[in-house]
Amino acid sequence: MGEKFLRVNDLHVHFPTDDGLVKAVDGLSFDLEKGTTLGIVGESGSGKSVTSLAIMGLHRHSRARVSGEIWLDDVNLLEIEDEELRSLRGRKMAMIFQDPLSAMHPYYTVGKQLTEAITVHHKVSKADARRTVVDMLGRVGIPNPNRRFDQYPHEFSGGMRQRAMIAMALINDPELLIADEPTTALDVTVQAQILDLMRSLQDEFGSAIIMITHDLGVVAEIADDVLVMYGGKCVEYAELDDAFHQPDHPYTWGLMTSMPRLDRDRQERLVPVAGNPPSLINVPPGCAFHPRCAFREYSPLPCDSVVPELLQSYPKHDSRCHIPVPKRAELFSEQIAPKL
Amino acid sequence: MFYYILRRLASVVVMVFLITATTFALFFASPIDPARYTCGKNCTPTILEGNRKALGFDQPVTVQYGKFVAGLFVGRDFPDNEELRTQHPEQIVHCSAPCLGYSTTQHRPINDMVSEAWPISLSIAIGAFVLWMTLGIGGGITAALNKGRLADRAIVGSALVGFSLPTFFVGLILLTFPAIKWGWVPIPTFVPFLTNPAAWAANLILPWITLAFFFAASYVRLTRAYMIETMSEDYIRTANAKGVARWTVILRHGLRSVLTPIVTAAGLDLGGLLGGAIITESVFSLHGLGYLAVNSVTYMDLPTIVAMVMIVSSFIVVANMLVDIAYGFIDPRVKVA
Repeated sequence: MGEKFLRVNDLHVHFPTDDGLVKAVDGLSFDLEKGTTLGIVGESGSGKSVTSLAIMGLHRHSRARVSGEIWLDDVNLLEIEDEELRSLRGRKMAMIFQDPLSAMHPYYTVGKQLTEAITVHHKVSKADARRTVVDMLGRVGIPNPNRRFDQYPHEFSGGMRQRAMIAMALINDPELLIADEPTTALDVTVQAQILDLMRSLQDEFGSAIIMITHDLGVVAEIADDVLVMYGGKCVEYAELDDAFHQPDHPYTWGLMTSMPRLDRDRQERLVPVAGNPPSLINVPPGCAFHPRCAFREYSPLPCDSVVPELLQSYPKHDSRCHIPVPKRAELFSEQIAPKL
Repeated sequence: MFYYILRRLASVVVMVFLITATTFALFFASPIDPARYTCGKNCTPTILEGNRKALGFDQPVTVQYGKFVAGLFVGRDFPDNEELRTQHPEQIVHCSAPCLGYSTTQHRPINDMVSEAWPISLSIAIGAFVLWMTLGIGGGITAALNKGRLADRAIVGSALVGFSLPTFFVGLILLTFPAIKWGWVPIPTFVPFLTNPAAWAANLILPWITLAFFFAASYVRLTRAYMIETMSEDYIRTANAKGVARWTVILRHGLRSVLTPIVTAAGLDLGGLLGGAIITESVFSLHGLGYLAVNSVTYMDLPTIVAMVMIVSSFIVVANMLVDIAYGFIDPRVKVA
């Protein structure tokens, strides 16, 4: 612990399209230690998944322009050869995808697909590979793993399929695990089980996890650090407790007030964040959030023309907003905190 | 699985019988007098009646069909005449089961004609099939992987040209230049595979190219379209995330999913082609089943027409059945119960 295992520095992912340049990720930086979890939160189209695919090197060269630095240990993933990157994928870093039905090949048995994840990187006998896979399926909580090995994905339930996906990602003990909305397609009870599972597997393997989600509840469950993304940029980056107790960006406030709370007796309606996510081709000038921001009147600078920098508000707590920090603290405690 | 195949087989048999009955009814109930076509220019009413009786055309259509079906199972004699059988057995031609009938123009059992013609059609079909599948699937994958780039446009463009040019045109060009003018390959004559495999292939290469040129086009488009769709599937991304090598992803994960539509199309095309490639056979003067079919129509050889329809339709119906059975093996989600 302590050493920075993954360092993302000024990452840009742009997609040239016929309609213009889509700036899906625009200058993102964060880092991650081993054994810890970073939660990346944001609406659809905020650039969360694009970031994770960029780390895995899964963007097509023909489609995406990726620039910046992604250091995994002491390799810059954006500079190494394709073949070297391929050998890291699935071995040193692995990914769990959102929809476990479409993420598995319908024509191969689950066991065969997990076996492939091993044999791609290691020379092992068929029997050994099977033993490892069956063992792993058992560890992620799939009953009768030996029988399940020979079944097809369509014979698995949603939760079981997601467990199999997790087993597939963990089978080579990756040091970095990226989970892209791993529980979104699942019902809540299964969701809780999957999160528990990921936590206990992290304790066991000491992996670093990036958890991508739009669900603050999931982040609260599992993350150590939180990074809130809006319009391809980081708007707030803090440790979990700080992010929840002293959120420092109007967008984060919006996310929090729009979240249902089961532990409070409250009859009011949920407050959605007004407006729509920004277009990534014509990003609003100035602060990308300004058209939806309810507090822009408190800003001393024109929000619609000057882009705010990501600045430190508190120790280990950065945010991107023109409103002065003390004013934001006041607004939060007076107007937002009572609603939570 | 076993009962599924059995059921499919039963339906194939029913299907083929319906087809023969329909064809039989259509042709033999038509105003055409088949006996008239048996006796050439110097026809006299006596010969005509004799032929009509000998070939059984004097009997009701239902009786004729009954004899035809019986012939399929136990064989039959031409002419079917007890008197002649006892007195002049040497004048009787026996046609053993499955007897397809007796040609009114060639005056011999259709079985003999078919057994001469089918190795030619089979050879043409198999070679062309291998060639067009290789070109079609290979071209389709290459085009899909280079979507939008020059290679893609070139492949799709030539596929369009291949599909648009009539077979007789391509066939004639190939026959004129490489074979006749330049002498690179022999002018096609059929050499049985077992006699001389090299000569067999050298003689058939032009018909193969002609057919492959036409058929490959649709397989290029089919493979390209499905491949582009498949390569953007989530499970392809998963395979990449596992670190699987590029070509393994393309072939084992990508092409595997495209197999279902390809097998469907390939089964039906091959089934149809086994019944004879009419134009190609005519261009290259290869006397296969297609040539036989054309001839039987030209000379109004009704029994041969019926036999040819039956053969061609059986191939297609059986190919259909095989494709259905193949689904069960290709796609594990297809439950065959």
